Amino acid sequence: MHPAFSVIFFTVASGAGFGLFSLLFIADTFKLGGGFERDQLVAGGLIAMALVVFGLLSSTFHLANPKNAWRAFSRFRTSWLSREGVFAMIFMPLALIYLASIMFDAPLWLREISGFLTAVLAWITVFSTGMIYACLKTIRQWNTPLVPANYLALGYASGSLLLLLGAVISGLDTMPYIAMSALIVAIAAVLKAIYYFWIRDPGLSPTINTATGLTRAKVKLLDTGHTHGTFLTQEFGYRLARKKAGLIKTLVFVIGFGLPGLMLIAVFNGESGQFAALAAALGGLIGAAMERWLFFAEARHVVNLYHGAQRC
Amino acid sequence: MRLGLVIDLDVCVGCHACAIACKEWNASGTIGPLSDYQPYGAEPSGVWFNRIRHFEMDEYPNNKTVNFPMSCNHCEDADCVTVCPTGASYKRAEDGIVLVDQDKCMGCNYCSWACPYGARELDRSSGTMKKCTLCVDRIYDQNLPVEERQPSCVLTCPAHARMFGDFDDPDSAVSRVVRERGGYGLMPELNYNPTNQYLPPRRKPVIEMSGAPKGGLKESIKQFANRLVRR
Ligand code: SF4
Ligand code: SF4
Repeated sequence: MHPAFSVIFFTVASGAGFGLFSLLFIADTFKLGGGFERDQLVAGGLIAMALVVFGLLSSTFHLANPKNAWRAFSRFRTSWLSREGVFAMIFMPLALIYLASIMFDAPLWLREISGFLTAVLAWITVFSTGMIYACLKTIRQWNTPLVPANYLALGYASGSLLLLLGAVISGLDTMPYIAMSALIVAIAAVLKAIYYFWIRDPGLSPTINTATGLTRAKVKLLDTGHTHGTFLTQEFGYRLARKKAGLIKTLVFVIGFGLPGLMLIAVFNGESGQFAALAAALGGLIGAAMERWLFFAEARHVVNLYHGAQRC
Repeated sequence: MRLGLVIDLDVCVGCHACAIACKEWNASGTIGPLSDYQPYGAEPSGVWFNRIRHFEMDEYPNNKTVNFPMSCNHCEDADCVTVCPTGASYKRAEDGIVLVDQDKCMGCNYCSWACPYGARELDRSSGTMKKCTLCVDRIYDQNLPVEERQPSCVLTCPAHARMFGDFDDPDSAVSRVVRERGGYGLMPELNYNPTNQYLPPRRKPVIEMSGAPKGGLKESIKQFANRLVRR
């Protein structure tokens, strides 16, 4: 698949935003490391919402006809893309109620209930983002439950690293935040490793024989029938050399998971904590962006079987 | 009704006439235009509803060229419709034709990702998704003579490799020929239940090729003369 940068930015930014917001709620409820002050909570919440909003806005850049984007909420019953939009829109007012109840010292029950609902909505929205890809039977690299699991794990991993940065800057006890980040980043790394392992094996995927129905002998493409590229070759023809894919996978693990891990140790040891926390958060985000790029670049749509691929 | 096409892979000569006829009709049809980019330039490209690919089956001397026209299969379980967030893509209940409402489409490409058969192409000029309409603006047109109320591609095919009809009617010509010739849908393992059916190439005996060239005086004079003549 052709990796569209607006979609990469959108999924990484909104994933981090949703992750940050739900973890912020947990940090607030359990007063982790002493608990953030009121203004800090509100600032963190607004940053998380800004990430979500910028992500959603950038996702409209890849639309060829954005004036109809408002219609995308209408097929909630069947389309995961529609559901994602609807859930994100429900998330916004709930998040604002939560932040307002912090700001204006609302009764605890309102603060907790709105915070909890916001966190649940954040989870559902990121899950829906993953399902947009996972529900497609045409791309075997995407059609697996590991995809929403990866989207959730990476969103929460980058969110937890951003939260750690906030805790360091606010001078809280960083211990609980380090533990939380370490756990979530480790889970994200393991899930991603399982995913990369899983998609290596083509399994029961379609072949050029089932695509043409000519199953009684070997089949090969003679001519695609078009003079120059078509929409199909531009959208689905992207090919990535195996070596390059391997290199990027290594980078995802080194920058996206390894570097934040090391930086967590640095924060734990109290060595230039702010810098280390910043490096961890940036590493997490850059790693997630590379992972997302690879997620698209490695996906092989079955239409390639009509353009010469023997199997997808 | 379940309207669709039958494509006879045994007969198709790969002339691309159906694709041209399709483009001609639909460029001015309800979903037109079908934009071309650099039509006379170095890299001509554009929107087509119907594309013909060419495959080779088996190896010499049993090999056979199979010309392979493909357009929307108007699938029974069309994921392109379920994934569309705007409701622009829809499947008509009355005849099963899958269409894109050009006034609602936002050009997100998502439906083209969901189609296994490459039937959907984004028109970069209008920013909307376009695809085969089964000539919905022809087949019901009361102003046309009855025999012309068929998709453009079917009417044009000089080899009669294309048929149009109702698959819900077990006695229709398309249903019968699919039964008799073992017609099949493409990529059945994805469970889209494509309506269009393909008739497989018939098995034919291998044509014997004469082995070594004939010897003799006449042949060697011929070969000598062939070498002398400058072509
Ligand atoms: S062939 Fe593709 S575009 Fe046509 S109905 Fe099936 S999935 Fe949809
Ligand atoms: S490109 Fe248009 S028809 Fe296709 S899914 Fe998006 S809005 Fe629907």
